[in-house]
This record gives sequence, structure tokens and C-alpha cells, in this order.
Amino acid sequence: MELLSEYLTYWSEDYSSILEYMYEHILISFTVIILAVAISVPLAIYMTKMKSNKIKSLIFNIANVFQTIPTIAMLAIMIPIMGIGFTPAVVALLLYSLLPLLRNTYSGMESVSSEIIEAAKGMGFSTFQRLFKVELPVAFPYVMSGIRVTAVYIISWTTLAALIGAGGLGDLVLAGIGYNDQYMIFTGTILAIVIAVSLDLVLGRIENIVKRA
Amino acid sequence: MEFISRLVQYIIENYSELLSLSIEHLLMVAYGIGLALVVGVPLGIIAAKFEKLAPVIISLTNILQLIPSLAMLAILMLYLGFGFETIVVGLFLYSLLPIVKNTYVGIKEVDDSIIEAGVGNGMTTLQLLLKIQFPLSIPFLLAGVRLAAVIAISVATLGPYVGAGGLGKEIISGISLQSDVKIYAGTIIATLMAIIADILLGKIEGKTKRRLA
Repeated sequence: MELLSEYLTYWSEDYSSILEYMYEHILISFTVIILAVAISVPLAIYMTKMKSNKIKSLIFNIANVFQTIPTIAMLAIMIPIMGIGFTPAVVALLLYSLLPLLRNTYSGMESVSSEIIEAAKGMGFSTFQRLFKVELPVAFPYVMSGIRVTAVYIISWTTLAALIGAGGLGDLVLAGIGYNDQYMIFTGTILAIVIAVSLDLVLGRIENIVKRA
Repeated sequence: MEFISRLVQYIIENYSELLSLSIEHLLMVAYGIGLALVVGVPLGIIAAKFEKLAPVIISLTNILQLIPSLAMLAILMLYLGFGFETIVVGLFLYSLLPIVKNTYVGIKEVDDSIIEAGVGNGMTTLQLLLKIQFPLSIPFLLAGVRLAAVIAISVATLGPYVGAGGLGKEIISGISLQSDVKIYAGTIIATLMAIIADILLGKIEGKTKRRLA
């Protein structure tokens, strides 16, 4: 009980700064998610239409190397190039999230069976009609599940953005390590998990609504 | 160009220190994954044998993966203090999911007719497990180890924040000293380590697959 009341005092004293950290965290991670989806999904769709296997595997390999670079290393590399703060953190996390999105969207689009495509062709659909009326609706659940998984990971990775001065809940955790303060550490952790889980739920809802429409 | 020569010079001058940091880094990763194998493989087998427990075990390891890496290390630090053990336990928890999941999937994927043949030969459940199901699931397990290794090498760079060494030391002191060469030296070695681990384990995985095919 004492622990709880102490914790509540901590919240009531610090809630404005906690909300500030949370706002920064959401700002960074949502920017990354939106940019990553805007880049990877069209690229992956375009890749399924590409004839050349060499370019395809080249793109996958490049994205794979980005993914292999340790997160903090990726963030640190950005410092000499772009300085510290919001922009380098967003760029680093963006490069990091390309592979999962590309791969999921690509395999989702590939999973559309060739019979369906043939049937659409037979009905006289043009390439664009086929894409928007047949392939995208069929592949939508796969693409969406890729986006959901990646979004959860991006929110988790965003805690590391604090290491290059971009703020976010990672700042709270780092301060907690510095002061050896368990309230700070737990608050930062729990809020990050809460953001991730609620975003996943919201995206799931959106997926259901779109599916029904 | 001038930067590259500075970087090379730095690496040559600090060769022995970088080497010892790399060895420390590898040791942390090896201990973490070793522990995860010792605990994760039996857990995966239990999940595959007792269907009712499977969702519990898999979702527990899933939740562990949801905790941001920095936060996980910070929480462990509260209970285990600063040092080598904390990061090893953190890496262990982080490597658990891919290993448990892949052991589980590997055992589930074994063809029913092969198991029937084993039963027909009068094998007991234990013999079936040790002589058929487990050996056939090894390629899956290795794929899990490969994923775990890349993740662990990445998370291990956060070691210095909880008082352990490793290549993160080089990167983090590079960030605080604003020294490009230090950042790049640490980053390049850590990234190479992850890429080499990925390729090597991929080769071994391919070999076991071919042997079984």
C-alpha cells in the first residue's frame, strides 16, 4: 500500500513531464510508422510487378543489412551525419523498419493466387483495376498484420531514440537508471507497452472495419 | 577520404582494446543464447507435447519481447545490480521467444506419417521425441538461434548503460565525446559481427536442412 501511495505521489508531482515524454514518444514513433508505410508498401507492391529478380533481391538484401545493424549503432551513425534530435532518430528508425514492412507486404501480395489474377484478366481488368479491385483487397489482411507487428516494434525501438537526444520515454528510463529510481523506470516501460498495445488494438479495429466495408 | 584514414588509424592504434571489447561482446551474447537454449528448447518441447500449455508459454515469451530493450535492462538492473550478469539475463530473456517458438513449430511440423512409422516400429514417446521429432526440428531451431543471435548482438550494445562492457562502450563514449571515429569503429565492428553471425548460422542451417532432405 505504501508503495502505491508513494507511486501516486510521484505521478502527481511529475505528471506534466511524464505526459511530455509520452507525447514525444508518440510523435517520433507515429512519424516513423506513417513514413515507413508510405515508402515500403508502394515499393513492395511495385516489386511484385517487377520482372527482374536481381533488383528484387538487391532491395531485400539492402533492407536486410539495415535490419542487422544494431539499433543503437544505427542511431549513433546518424550523429556525425545529421546531428542529434528528432530528425536523425526518425531517419534511423525508418531505415530499421523497412525490411519487416517490405517483406510482409511483398509476401502478402505474392499470396494472391494466380487463378484469381487470371480470372480478373479474363474479365478484362486493366493492370490498375486488377491491383485496386482484386489484389489489394485480397492481400489486405497480410499487409495489415505486417504493419501491426512493425508498428509495435517501432514503438519499442523508439525508447532508444533518447540516446541521441530525441527524447521520448527512453529519457525517463535513462533518468531512472541514473537516479536508480524504480518509479521512473517502470513508468517509462509500462507507458511504452501501453502505447504499443493500444496502437495494435486500434489498428486491429481499423482492419476489421475496412474488411467489412 | 581523410575520415577513412583517420578511422583506420584509430582502429590500428586501439586494436587490442577493440579486440577485448569484441570478445566481451561475443561472450555476453554466447552466455545469453546458451542459457536461452538450455531453457527454451525444453519449453518449446513442452509446448508442443502439451497443447493446452502452448498458448500460455508462447504468449509469455511474446510479452517479454514487447518490453523495450533498454527498459528491460533497466528493470533487471534494479534487481540484479550493475554488471555482466544483468546483461546476460537480459539477452537470455530476449532470445527466448525465437528459440521457444521455433522449437515448437519445428516439432509440430514433423510429418505425421513419419511419426506413425515410428509408432509402428514400437517406439516409446520418449524415443519418438529424441530419435525422430527433435532431430527433424533442428533446422527450425537453428533458424531461431540465428534470429536470436542477431537480436542479442544488437541488444548487447546497450550493455554499458547497465555497467557491462562490450562494443557499446565504444559507441556510447563516442556519442558523449562527439567523436565520429569512436562511433564508427564501434558500429562497424558490431554490425560486421551481426552480419557474420547471420551468414554463418544461415550456412549451418542450410547444411542441416540438406542432410535431412
